[in-house]
Amino acid sequence: MGKRIVIDPVTRIEGHAKISIFLDDAGHVTDAEFHVVEFRGFEKFCEGRPYGEMPSITARICGICPVSHLLASARAGDAIMAVAIPPAADKLRRLMNLGQIVQSHALSFFHLSAPDFILGWNAPQATRNVFGLIAADPTLARAGIRLRQFGQEIIEALGGRKIHPAWAVPGGVRSGITDQGRARIRERLPEAFATAESALRLFWKALDENREEALIFGNFSSLFMGMVTADGTWEHHGGNLRFVDSAGSVVADQIDPARYRDYIAESVQEASYLKTPYFKSLGLPNGIYRVGPLARLNICERMGVPRADAEYRAFRQMSRGSVTSSFLYHHARLIEILAALEYIERAIEDPELSTKHLRADAGVNALRGVGASEAPRGTLFHDYTVDPSGLLKSVNLIVATGHNNLAMNRTVAQIARHYVQGDDIPEAVLNRIEHGIRCYDPCLSCSTHAAGMMPMKVTLVGPGGRILREVTRG
Amino acid sequence: MAAKTLNINGKQVSADEGATILEAAIEAGIKIPTLCHLDGVYDAGACRLCLVEVTGVNKLLSACTTRIAEGMEVHTDTEQLRKYRRMTLELLFAERNHTCSACVSNGHCELQALAWQNGMDHVRYDYCFPRWSVDASHPRYGLDHNRCILCTRCVRVCWHIEGAGTKNVAGRGAKSFIIDDLAQPWGDSETCTSCGKCVIACPTGALFTRGSTVAEMERDPSKLAFIVNARERKQWVV
Ligand code: SF4
Ligand code: FES
Repeated sequence: MGKRIVIDPVTRIEGHAKISIFLDDAGHVTDAEFHVVEFRGFEKFCEGRPYGEMPSITARICGICPVSHLLASARAGDAIMAVAIPPAADKLRRLMNLGQIVQSHALSFFHLSAPDFILGWNAPQATRNVFGLIAADPTLARAGIRLRQFGQEIIEALGGRKIHPAWAVPGGVRSGITDQGRARIRERLPEAFATAESALRLFWKALDENREEALIFGNFSSLFMGMVTADGTWEHHGGNLRFVDSAGSVVADQIDPARYRDYIAESVQEASYLKTPYFKSLGLPNGIYRVGPLARLNICERMGVPRADAEYRAFRQMSRGSVTSSFLYHHARLIEILAALEYIERAIEDPELSTKHLRADAGVNALRGVGASEAPRGTLFHDYTVDPSGLLKSVNLIVATGHNNLAMNRTVAQIARHYVQGDDIPEAVLNRIEHGIRCYDPCLSCSTHAAGMMPMKVTLVGPGGRILREVTRG
Repeated sequence: MAAKTLNINGKQVSADEGATILEAAIEAGIKIPTLCHLDGVYDAGACRLCLVEVTGVNKLLSACTTRIAEGMEVHTDTEQLRKYRRMTLELLFAERNHTCSACVSNGHCELQALAWQNGMDHVRYDYCFPRWSVDASHPRYGLDHNRCILCTRCVRVCWHIEGAGTKNVAGRGAKSFIIDDLAQPWGDSETCTSCGKCVIACPTGALFTRGSTVAEMERDPSKLAFIVNARERKQWVV
């Protein structure tokens, strides 16, 4: 029996990090647990509601990625109606998802992670945030903020509102894009590309300066899951699932997301409110898999667009099999921004986006519907069963932060093992633990970090469960 | 018909004998908030939003159901009335589960608009969070009891414009609810003609066209008054 360190919910309802670090008699870290204390009442209180309300209800699960829930929910609705939605509606939904990827990744990289790279691990809490970044490198900070705005503008051009757009509906979408909307996006693209390129330069420099961190910030073997197209190209919406292992071998391929239950099982862990999904046939703990940018790049064979593909080749060269360090989520995220921009550039020239037929009409034709979409943080599933009149009987949601739960645990343990010795946790170590979690860009970090640091409570637990020390901040 | 003169908010007003205070006020261009009142059908005095003060009467009266009298002195916008209106609105919100953000009528809802106009920025009462269901058995329309304020507009149009008599009220007090025929699923109703007038009449998101998603229900209840007028004035060639 060892000792334990906790990082706990302090303020804010949505998303707190609570971390326990277990020490043995000699003061060595034996294990760590990362608990997500997240509100999960949605699945219950949606019961009895008409399924058509779900996109707008679930879009309120998260203020940062409402689009992901909106799209997954609308797709689950399409499945209940058993319709193929009009092609233009599908293209518009994809365009919105690309905008979402750009804005969310820009937030993760510039607002949340760049301060650590630019200001360093030892920078005081008060300045190691986006405001400190603005003071240290105003041009970069401004470019990052504008890139995020660009993504939001795409969402707004389609949904009419930046946050919670009630736009995607079962059967399609409610409105198309105007010529002005297209023109605005077209106009801002060159600047967005330039920002993405400069972020990549910053990343390479950060990687150079943080070789040690790159080796221990979640560097372990696991499976990776995400969507690919039929020919194995990177995909963000409407694709099939693929699982790849650390060696880079495909473990399962072209799985219809509706059959996710055949491949993914969920266990509920006592320490966390989050469900812990794992790859079914391998069981726990071997069935651990990661989702999100790193996973999507590990499972695909190409990005499918030239500029991102050039960078993708450099990414693949970092490892013979899959790229296993979670520190490289940052790189993957930037490559995805680049790819998203290239796909946006193509999409806005498509004349079909202006067609009027955007919504299929049908009643309830199937009593279960699964909708999946690649959210910026990873694959999101919405699984609904309804009664014949379309009222929800059960709802199951698997969110990206859930898929990555086990991997985040391991990452924290790995960092703690490396940096924690005895019952002291210096600030720079807390900062590294925080960053280790932030590599996954879990919902809790985005909702709490923009204005400062992640609220967390680290408890060091000694042999026999004795609490040796608690460090709280936030 | 003889005219009567009265005073509303200090303004001399005359209206036909038999008119309600609400009708007299509308004619004089004075706005009184209403919710259960619907042009084209008789009034029920169900919502209590149109309460007014009448000098010499020591209780508040509903403008939609009180007939005018010669020399009557009416006040429609006093401190006390504003206070009661806000209270009434807050109670309506607290009684059931309205959740505007996910509602089909968000942005086009009479209840929401009134709350906004009357400065209701929060609800001081505890929400009841009752367990009401949604009836989605009708092929075209749905009824979400969570959003019903029991104004009975749907009942009145169903009986007195369509003449089907499908909709009714069952139960008592806060537990009252709208039923179809003998409290059976709407889709099983034998009297419902699927005319949709109740849906047009509903001031909230309680009655809706199936398949509509958040903020999509826009209705034009003036169509109902149009039908009634056309019928009563025999504007239709039969
Ligand atoms: S269903 Fe609508 S119209 Fe009928 S009583 Fe309820 S709120 Fe009024
Ligand atoms: S409008 Fe008079 S009581 Fe409702």
